[in-house]
Amino acid sequence: MRNPPLSRNTIRGAAHSPRHHDSAAKQAAGEALYIDDIAEPRDLLHLYVAQSEKAHAKILKLDVSAVRSAPGVVVVLTANDVPGGNDASPIAGDDPVFAEDIVEYAGQALFAVAAETLEQARSAAKLAVVEYEELPAIVTVEEAMAANSFVLPTREIRRGDARAAIKKAKHQLTQRFEIGGQDHFYLEGQIALSLPGEDGDIFVYSSTQHPTEVQHNVAKFLDLPDHSVTVEVRRMGGGFGGKETQGAWFAAMASLATKLTGRPAKVRLDRDDDMIMTGKRHDFVVMVEMGFDDDGRVSGAEFIFASRCGRSADLSASINDRAMFHADNCYYFKNITIISHRCKTHTVSNTAFRGFGGPQGMLAPERMMDAIACYLGKDPLEVRKKNLYGKKPRNITPYQMTVEDNIAPEIIAELENSSNYAARRKSIRAFNETSPYLKKGIALTPVKFGISFTASHLNQAGALLHVYTDGSVMLNHGGTEMGQGLYIKVAQVVAEILQIDIERVKITATRTDKVPNTSATAASSGADINGKAAEAAAIAIKERLIQFAAKYYGTKTSEITFLPNRIRIGKQVVAFRDLVQLAYMNRISLSATGYYRTPKIHYDAETFSGRPFYYFAYGAAVSEVLIDTLTGENKVVAVDILHDAGKSLNPAVDLGQIEGGYIQGMGWLTTEELYYDSNGILKTHAPSTYKIPACSDRPAVFNMKIFERGENVEETIFRSKAVGEPPLMLAISAFNAIADAISSVADYRLYPELNAPATPEQILMSIQKITESARSNRVTEAAQ
Amino acid sequence: MRQTIKYVHRGEIVELANVAPTTTVLNYLRYEQALTGTKEGCAEGDCGACTVVLGELANDKVRYQAVNACIQFLPTLDGKELITVEDLKLKDGKLHPVQQAMVDANGTQCGFCTPGFVMSLFAEMHSDRIADRAHIDNVLAGNLCRCTGYGTIIDAAMSVAQSGVRDSFHEQEAKSIALLEVLQKDSGLRLTWQGRSYFAPKTIDELTDILLDYPDATLLAGATDVGLWVTKQHRDLATIIYLGQIQDLKNIEKQDNGLKIGAGVTYSDAWAPLAELYPDFGELIRRIASTQIRNSGTIGGNIANGSPIGDTPPALISLDARLHLRSKDGPRELPLEEFFIEYGKQDLRQGEFVEAVYLPFPKAESQFATYKISKRFDQDISAVCAAFNLTLKAGKVEDIRICYGGMAGTPKRASKTEKAITGKSWTDSTISNALSRMEEDFQPLSDMRASQRYRMLTAQNLLRKFYIETTTPEIPTRIVGERGLANA
Repeated sequence: MRNPPLSRNTIRGAAHSPRHHDSAAKQAAGEALYIDDIAEPRDLLHLYVAQSEKAHAKILKLDVSAVRSAPGVVVVLTANDVPGGNDASPIAGDDPVFAEDIVEYAGQALFAVAAETLEQARSAAKLAVVEYEELPAIVTVEEAMAANSFVLPTREIRRGDARAAIKKAKHQLTQRFEIGGQDHFYLEGQIALSLPGEDGDIFVYSSTQHPTEVQHNVAKFLDLPDHSVTVEVRRMGGGFGGKETQGAWFAAMASLATKLTGRPAKVRLDRDDDMIMTGKRHDFVVMVEMGFDDDGRVSGAEFIFASRCGRSADLSASINDRAMFHADNCYYFKNITIISHRCKTHTVSNTAFRGFGGPQGMLAPERMMDAIACYLGKDPLEVRKKNLYGKKPRNITPYQMTVEDNIAPEIIAELENSSNYAARRKSIRAFNETSPYLKKGIALTPVKFGISFTASHLNQAGALLHVYTDGSVMLNHGGTEMGQGLYIKVAQVVAEILQIDIERVKITATRTDKVPNTSATAASSGADINGKAAEAAAIAIKERLIQFAAKYYGTKTSEITFLPNRIRIGKQVVAFRDLVQLAYMNRISLSATGYYRTPKIHYDAETFSGRPFYYFAYGAAVSEVLIDTLTGENKVVAVDILHDAGKSLNPAVDLGQIEGGYIQGMGWLTTEELYYDSNGILKTHAPSTYKIPACSDRPAVFNMKIFERGENVEETIFRSKAVGEPPLMLAISAFNAIADAISSVADYRLYPELNAPATPEQILMSIQKITESARSNRVTEAAQ
Repeated sequence: MRQTIKYVHRGEIVELANVAPTTTVLNYLRYEQALTGTKEGCAEGDCGACTVVLGELANDKVRYQAVNACIQFLPTLDGKELITVEDLKLKDGKLHPVQQAMVDANGTQCGFCTPGFVMSLFAEMHSDRIADRAHIDNVLAGNLCRCTGYGTIIDAAMSVAQSGVRDSFHEQEAKSIALLEVLQKDSGLRLTWQGRSYFAPKTIDELTDILLDYPDATLLAGATDVGLWVTKQHRDLATIIYLGQIQDLKNIEKQDNGLKIGAGVTYSDAWAPLAELYPDFGELIRRIASTQIRNSGTIGGNIANGSPIGDTPPALISLDARLHLRSKDGPRELPLEEFFIEYGKQDLRQGEFVEAVYLPFPKAESQFATYKISKRFDQDISAVCAAFNLTLKAGKVEDIRICYGGMAGTPKRASKTEKAITGKSWTDSTISNALSRMEEDFQPLSDMRASQRYRMLTAQNLLRKFYIETTTPEIPTRIVGERGLANA
């Protein structure tokens, strides 16, 4: 590697500079390798996973003898073949990799066939004889609530006496609505490739956000020590939470085939199997009641959430907790009760998905703000402002955390102005008066999202940094790359600390044998914690170089400065590479680990109190929509976003997260409908039936800005803020804008019932209902 | 007939024999050629991660079109030029202008969809069309991205379109033409593999002969439906007859009173002629599937597969289209609506195939509209598709033909509703009275696309919408499309 010119004032790839994704050129050329692109090793076995056809049944008989003798089949894997624990759950131990005597969702893995080709494995699987005794299946949240079917205990947060406050308030309103789930629809499906090693060791390529958990689950499954299993992931073709826990099942299956046969093995789910077999965003039924005064200021709020968790706990505890933590969003509710039911259903175990319960929790108060405004005949924004967190005592969350960094009022004010909200709202109402069939709607909604894993121990990270004698650097850390740009951000941190051009920093695949015991790349924490860990490693090496240089050149450490690609040592300037070389010759270690634990957080899970979050990320969006009252068709036509990324580590990457998050959230709330039939069979398991946003769904007007004054008040990595999840919730503005448009049908005197996603059908039915209500109201008024 | 597949790739003619006829182009590339840049996202032609580009001779030039490799069978490459994402980068390591634009615009995140987008934009760069946002939406309707939200990709597309840059494929076009001309002279194709047969005749006579020997053969046109029988249902197709090499099925012939559209004409090729006659039909074609699917799928296939939710039959039936069938015994003709007998059953005799559809020209006193209702505007299957063809004389309805898709087991006319309107004045009260008849015409199903109730209500409201549009055209009624408010 040639030395860069030593005269430049800045390095390439400094912190806060906009950089392309590190793999962009490879991705565009088709050269970026995903697991299925890795050259297939000799003797590779292909696995096909046979699934339960029933949502809930006893397995009376599972005879795979005909499968075993089918052409090309090498081994058939069932629960009886598992040497260790037949479980690949994150926490609770309730996720059997292969069903034992009972199946609890249609799509649950019964067994896997390993054959010379995938076609052979698939055809052979059909030869199994499976006899079921069907049991009653609980499919929906209502059914689960009626049957008292819960996967985890109900949790509550209470502050004050919400019931009494609501009763005492001048006005009361109640809303019930349903929020649909969401499939991740990462473009690359679940996949694992396992290779045999010496001593019975296993090496697994897994498309996972959580290599350590895959390692631990594979080891447990195979009855091996953790050190015998290595997991690597260079990149995923999308994750969004869907590869946080459940990829472990498939890694376990592939590894078992390898262990039993000594041959490499691959499990690659096709789209339908992926969508049928793996969990999604939790769907919710929400009941909200609020009491408020003439200004719309809320004095009492009661939320009852019930979510469809599916057949096992997975991460449902934390997900539903997060829903509770976000039922306040940006608002101070003096007296508040939040109840969360975690329903067990005979459907796939729902799992992490960008926002992790936060979006569902946040939709509840946001709908209420609009309902209250409609009831009082006010602008919803006015009601929102009345309820925002403020100064003491209006800055304490229901879980007793003080909101110390509240910039929601500033962001809302700036966006209100830049989006021309007031004038547009007026002109939309004028348009609706003259347009009988097409109606417009607008809404401004804010976001306050808590950053940190609520399970406090997960807030730690490690990094490994090697400096080679030519001055090139290898960087490794526990975070995984799923497209969000984590790798480039962390590399920028290292480049910044060492003041070297970013091309000198080699980004490497995440591996459990380089950095151990890592947390999932989740909770938006990737850059926060891995960036800090990498910073620590880089600082360790920098410090060693400074100490060495001071001694070697006989200067004070205070006279040593890292300049771009060079170091000033007293009066001389030495190239980074030359100093490194010199340090090596003088036996200075050029390798370091870095470690980080998030400070300040503490939280009592029993009492739901403490400081679960290090800080909050904020944002706000204005969405404008158009609906067709004859068909329910709808389109988001204009969006304005102002989002807080702190002091952004990489504005190019962050803007990508903001836009992508909004559009994904918009899909969740508009077109993406999961449809289970009454037997619990998912009918929308491919893009032909499950509709994520397409190119034309991107609003024609899309103004997006990072909040310029943003700077984390906490000492995060270069004062940046997490940006993965928070923007998804900006799309609540689109849903509320649709409700606003529907409300126009009843002259804005009624707030519509509307379930998410707001498909054409939901919208048309909502219009029907509100039209009927308006008619009967008029009849009542006339009678009076 | 010839026994080897021949296609052009990287400036050479590739010959292939002894392949399973239903091997998809995608699996062949990924698992036999180790060309893994092209990805599988859905294996049903809905996500575009597998997009490759095919070149074919058209008017002495090479026409490049994006298709979904995941549902195209390998032998259909015969006679064409194949371009994959690996072929774009220059020998000196420089990225192709489209690839560079994607990098520069930050158009990649997870990158799994990226090669597909690159190939769609590459094909677009080689068309003569003018890019604006609405056009790019059409070009990219068949490429799903779950990460970016599309804005950066649209930026990349616009920058390529506006730069007018040329690439190595422009420079080497003469060579491609020469190679494709060589292949054009070849005879038809007949492959046999482990008891399966694949025929690609070049003439209608060859086709009728083969059908005589193989009356149960699967007829393959664009593979946008049959491809899924293999990739989704994992069916084993014993005999396939591919129609895509028969030039006589690809003609659009202007006759005295109408247009005769060959069964092998793709949606892409039918789009402009249909839009010229019936603008709403053009808008319907725009909303059918995606560029990749429109480049492959045919109007004939949309009819022949007998689907109750195919989008062109309602429009064609309401316009009184006639179907031309052919077999060894000669031609047969019938009104298109009579072709659809019941769900899964069409009036198609053994050895017979769909040859063409005949569409009458618009009458001066007629008005036509068609509507497609789906959860997503682009690339979605209709919950309800409706078509209306109204002829007024002196304010009275002389004739109205109303046809729906998604409301019954076949595309079906609303006969009772039509009857309630015909002969009456074209007024609000006529419509209001007729609406209840719709419930006698149809008992739609509930499924994942829509409930029975929604389908019925929407079917009724679409008739109302048609009335509104014909009587008060100044009132906005459309969210998307030519008359769409959102694009205004």
